[in-house]
Amino acid sequence: MNSRHTDHATRAEKFNLDESRVDWHDKTLWFIREKRDKAAWQIPEWEQLRETASQIKNNVLSNLHDYLIEFEKNAQKNGATVHWASTPAEHNKIVLDIIKQAGARNIVKSKSMLTEECHLNEYLTAHGIDVVDTDLGERIVQLAGEPPSHIVLPCIHWKKEEIGELFHQELGTPKGNADPQLLTNAARLNLRNHFMTSRVAITGVNFAVAETGEIVVCTNEGNADLGVQLADVHIACMGLEKIIPRRKHLGVFLRLLARSATGQPITTYSSHFKKPREGQQWHIVLLDNGRSERLGSNDFRNALKCIRCAACFNTCPVYRRSGGHSYHTTVAGPIGSILAPGLDMKKNADLPFASTLCGSCSNVCPVKIDIHDQLYKWRQVLVRNGHVSAIKAIGMKGMAAVLSYPFIYNTSGSLGRWIMRYFPFLFSNRANLWYKQREMPKAPEKSFREWYIKNRKKK
Amino acid sequence: MNSRDRILERIKKNLPQESPLPSVDINTNFSDLKEKFKATLTSIGGTAIEVTDWSHIKNYIQLNYLDTDQVISTAPQLNFKAHTFKNDPRALERIKISILQGSFGVAENGAVWITDTHMGDRVLPFINEHLALVINEKDIVSTLHQAYEKIDLINYSLGVFIAGPSKTADIEQSLVLGAHGAKSLVVFLMT
Repeated sequence: MNSRHTDHATRAEKFNLDESRVDWHDKTLWFIREKRDKAAWQIPEWEQLRETASQIKNNVLSNLHDYLIEFEKNAQKNGATVHWASTPAEHNKIVLDIIKQAGARNIVKSKSMLTEECHLNEYLTAHGIDVVDTDLGERIVQLAGEPPSHIVLPCIHWKKEEIGELFHQELGTPKGNADPQLLTNAARLNLRNHFMTSRVAITGVNFAVAETGEIVVCTNEGNADLGVQLADVHIACMGLEKIIPRRKHLGVFLRLLARSATGQPITTYSSHFKKPREGQQWHIVLLDNGRSERLGSNDFRNALKCIRCAACFNTCPVYRRSGGHSYHTTVAGPIGSILAPGLDMKKNADLPFASTLCGSCSNVCPVKIDIHDQLYKWRQVLVRNGHVSAIKAIGMKGMAAVLSYPFIYNTSGSLGRWIMRYFPFLFSNRANLWYKQREMPKAPEKSFREWYIKNRKKK
Repeated sequence: MNSRDRILERIKKNLPQESPLPSVDINTNFSDLKEKFKATLTSIGGTAIEVTDWSHIKNYIQLNYLDTDQVISTAPQLNFKAHTFKNDPRALERIKISILQGSFGVAENGAVWITDTHMGDRVLPFINEHLALVINEKDIVSTLHQAYEKIDLINYSLGVFIAGPSKTADIEQSLVLGAHGAKSLVVFLMT
């Protein structure tokens, strides 16, 4: 289960060593969840929007083949070159070849979880290309040599004093200054130089419209637009599932996206790239990386509907208290925990267990993905395929036996209560994971069943 | 077989049962579009100013941006001629403020739709230090649904919803205006 890296529980335990920091992290994310609620409650038709968005995405999945061909045709008509990549390796090679052809050594990139999924930065760096992430949060983690811990708020786990120290070392801001205004301005000035001198700009894609062949990119900072409009070459990288049928459907998705993500009514910039500027090259790279296989799975297909708003992160009691890096995947949180096992079941077998199955993720999801159901279903798949530890497997088998036979169920209950009463140390020890950071409850006199038979059944 | 065909073949093989496309049947209408737009724009860090003609805008700019050498506009009515568009978009970096015509505004989110036709250069609305957009006050719609009905009638190569000044809250959720794009945004509502 954890042959190549430490698992979620171990990483979360490390994150939890600093209790006040965990509280701070928890509260910061809950604050964003509350902003999301306020924004959603201002829209009387919010539930109708979610249902419509969900149905549009279902339609996309059932017609993905035709929509992709329609998008390709229209994008080509608009002047784009469309590339197809089965794997991250193929994706990265396509991007590198375009950069080399343009004769560029340094490029700017706006936020794209897809390029994180492909580990594009490492690949380009190894081939002598200087990649600069231009989203402020992503720039901060890039300077620190870390991956983002959140897909919308990449450095949500950093405190401003730490960013002040990082910027002091990297950008020469005054030591000890942690004013967000000053730090943001320092990044603005520094990144302007990169924008002005980069001939290639990479962006992600929020939505790609089959009907018109245009792509939509949403940012608050304006970094995608500055990068693209100052570059000779624009490379847009997207997953196959980002297609939507008609332009008017953007009305549904753009109303949901920012409200779900940060509680804003819309991001500052929602840019519709339809045709490149005169003399500019425009490339669109479509990545599969397991998506076409997932499409065939009745249980796990719905995860492809995700629009990457991260509302499920902000609401998740486990994410808020364990931090994004505990998930050891590009996309953390509940949605990441159902995406990751599809890519590598063995490596990510711990993630579907990093949940209380409380269902809050499914309740806030703007496209109604059944996230907590999928977490539960992944657990069953993982156990069947032998990807859980022996202790967990024995425990589950034992539980299954107890729950299958009324006689064992009844006797084990009273036996358990008897042991807890007279030999509490058998439960209150380190072998019992439930005992960690918890007191065991006092064993009740009798079970609910016994109480019910005595008090109610005779009536 | 190349990657494209292999991917498409896998998709075709794995397509789920047909799921019909829903109709988007949402008709929200605000009674006072101008007030709703102004309130929303203010809440996202922008400023709305009502004007009756172009001379008001010109006065406002001259009053607030003394150095008109760094002011640029694509609106012929304003006649700011100090800077002309050259082939190099990087030259626009020194622009203090640009005044551009938007197509219409959206009351629910404070956004203004602007297309490349009115940008002069595509980089201008993003590279200038401050941005002003001009729309007719009767060109405000309630929601994005109505907005896309209007957009269907507009021909563009680049179309952008701009809602407020550029911003970030990446440092401890503290809101800072002026991330990479404009540090402030004024929307002039022309009666």
